[in-house]
Amino acid sequence: MPVLLTSLDPLVAALRADGYRVVGPTVRDGAIVLAELDRADMLPYGWGVRLGPGGYRLRERDDRAAFANSAGPQSWKQFLHPPRQQLWSAERDSDGGFTVAEPADEPPRYAFLGVRPCDLRAISVLDHVLGAGADNRYARRREGIFIVVANCTEPGETCFCVSAGGGPGVGPGHDGAGYDLALTELADDDGVRYVVDAGSEDGWRLLDRLPYEAAEPPTTARARDAVARAADRMGRTLPAADLRALLAGTLEAARWDDVAARCLSCGNCTMVCPTCFCTSVEDTTDLTGDHAERWLRWESCFDLDFSYLHGGPVRSSRRSRYRQWLTHKLGTWHDQFGESGCVGCGRCIVWCPVGIDITEETHALAAEYEASTDDRGGGAQR
Amino acid sequence: MTATSYDLLAASAFLTGLSEGHLRQLSYTASRCVFRAGSRVFAEGGHADRFWLINAGRIDLDTHVPGRGDVVVETLGPGAVLGWSWLFPPYRWHFGAFAPQTTFAVSLDASGVRRLCERDPALGYQLTSRFVQVVVERLQATRMRLLDLYKVPS
Amino acid sequence: MMPLPYRVTGRRQETSDTATLILEPVRQPMAAARPGQFSMVYAFGVGEVPISVSGPPDADLVVHTLRAVGAVTRALHDARVGQVLGLRGPYGTDWGLPVPVGSDLVIVGGGIGLAPLRPAVYHALDQRARYRRVAVLIGARTPDDLLFTKEYDDWRAGGVEVGVTVDRADTTWAGRVGVVPDLITGLEFAPESTVALVCGPEVMMRFTARALLRRGVPPAAVRVSLERNMHCGTALCGHCQLGPLLLCRDGPVVGYDRAQPLTGVKEL
Repeated sequence: MPVLLTSLDPLVAALRADGYRVVGPTVRDGAIVLAELDRADMLPYGWGVRLGPGGYRLRERDDRAAFANSAGPQSWKQFLHPPRQQLWSAERDSDGGFTVAEPADEPPRYAFLGVRPCDLRAISVLDHVLGAGADNRYARRREGIFIVVANCTEPGETCFCVSAGGGPGVGPGHDGAGYDLALTELADDDGVRYVVDAGSEDGWRLLDRLPYEAAEPPTTARARDAVARAADRMGRTLPAADLRALLAGTLEAARWDDVAARCLSCGNCTMVCPTCFCTSVEDTTDLTGDHAERWLRWESCFDLDFSYLHGGPVRSSRRSRYRQWLTHKLGTWHDQFGESGCVGCGRCIVWCPVGIDITEETHALAAEYEASTDDRGGGAQR
Repeated sequence: MTATSYDLLAASAFLTGLSEGHLRQLSYTASRCVFRAGSRVFAEGGHADRFWLINAGRIDLDTHVPGRGDVVVETLGPGAVLGWSWLFPPYRWHFGAFAPQTTFAVSLDASGVRRLCERDPALGYQLTSRFVQVVVERLQATRMRLLDLYKVPS
Repeated sequence: MMPLPYRVTGRRQETSDTATLILEPVRQPMAAARPGQFSMVYAFGVGEVPISVSGPPDADLVVHTLRAVGAVTRALHDARVGQVLGLRGPYGTDWGLPVPVGSDLVIVGGGIGLAPLRPAVYHALDQRARYRRVAVLIGARTPDDLLFTKEYDDWRAGGVEVGVTVDRADTTWAGRVGVVPDLITGLEFAPESTVALVCGPEVMMRFTARALLRRGVPPAAVRVSLERNMHCGTALCGHCQLGPLLLCRDGPVVGYDRAQPLTGVKEL
């Protein structure tokens, strides 16, 4: 049974007392960013956002809701898959050999507060790619994370999680649901309060220590309705087609030339995307040449050097680089990892400096695909 | 029993699909021949009065480059056709041909084949389209070498 | 993900820019590579590159043949006996050996592409009775660029047909001049029971596969070794994508039935 919290202060305090570094949304530099929170009042109470292709503005809300705003420029991959991390260091031995060692640092124990269902899905996508459960740094970092979901009651103009196969809420949970607690925020004349469900044993245990009240059925019904209504208020949609087949069948579409004429190849979309995981390694030595290190850093498929193959890049045109990004995200991700790489958060639309809209591009490809298959008497384009 | 010219022509990949009548006519212009290892088949600029279907062995096409000697530009093996300069005037070999090993072939007399083709355009078409295919394949192989695929990229 | 130190215990200069290194583990070895697989080879402080294994499957030593084409491969090429390099792996798909009993095995290598095929040649020599015909067709830019030339006679003695051709030659060259696919024209094999292993520049592999397909070899029986930018070797970095394939995981060896539609799309 869900319970009611009238404040998140005890939640943040309890997580901090358990040794978690609590990370959640907060207002900084004119945007809602993800940062370490000392107290719950650092959450963006009373702030909303206005979103559009290539546009992001904070706006003051009439109420004091903290989670009635959609994805900001950052995502949780910042913490799970840091932009720059040391993989190992090596020291030369006296016999000419060398010894390699991983950095000894323990990964920080994070509690993620206010994870949107789209971003929860993004975390699961990263898990599948980067190997949660395996013996690697990602898995060790991921293992101890406490996740508090904030269900979505106010989708943005650029949101399309529903047509991306997700939705604005997580269901009543059990172990393995991928989160520990799930909040639905209600903000009205009675103030701000939270209908809370647990998704794991850890979640229940923590909840038990908080000063909760029973959630009356009308209240839980209101919370449920608010999430259900959000599903119908998505600002955008992806085409209701088999996107894997669509993108495999449109590799030579004219639309790629059209979008390539607008794309700056800046890579913003890949940086803000919560699932883009590509990296490059950098090998370095110090001046003595006896100490070497390997660092991993985020890399973008929009970089010319990304596809470098002795002599030059394989994807030298912007057309081919944009095509790589979109076909990977929506199409070949299925082949590689058994699911889509897109969760419908809309960040790539908002943070594209020229306002390229992944949903618009995909609809255009679908239209071109349909036209071409019609021309061929229904046969698939090859 | 040794194979007749007709048998050899009928067995050649180059002439696969030709009618028995056409093969028979061609066989009257054909004779079996052997090139001993180290012998020259023809020299650049010489009179192109025949062509060959190679059965076994190897023929090198070459040209003389002052200071570099006889440079081999292409090697032909079993199944290949040697010589197409006989098709058009001035009937002169553009490259030389050399047998680095003992090579067995069937040679066909150029003027005889040209006469047959003039009399029988159907045979002419059959032969011409086969020669065009050979030329296209050699052109493609040459283009591939032009790409210099194994070069270290700069 | 951490390189294991391996000491260079043998080195042979194959051509002016290509060397073979024999590497033995300083401490812990990596698993034996199957023919066709590659390792990530690390030059201390310089960088790491994917290099195919060119020696027989062996847990006690790893053989790599590499060509100096960039800073890292230059450093590896210049490694001396006694020097320690780092190895990770083995990674990727293999040639899929053994192939069915009674098959004809056609092995086609262009340039440095012969290196990853040499373990397959060793396999064929080792299990010669298993197969009907075994042919190794080799192409290179010039006679001086041919790899492993000292071994060809042993291969022939072992019952393997060896065909060699070069793109250009001087008068000292007594062998064939022309492209590798031309060697297929005169080759005797049973197309429907042939498996072909092909490695070389992508265009060379396309022409070779085309020649094999024209002879009637099924596309899935033509296995090509593809190359893209590889950083991690473990399907984590995204660099080596070719459409649906992560080539470090789903390749490098791919059936031509899968490779053909992908390599046919420009800049995929």
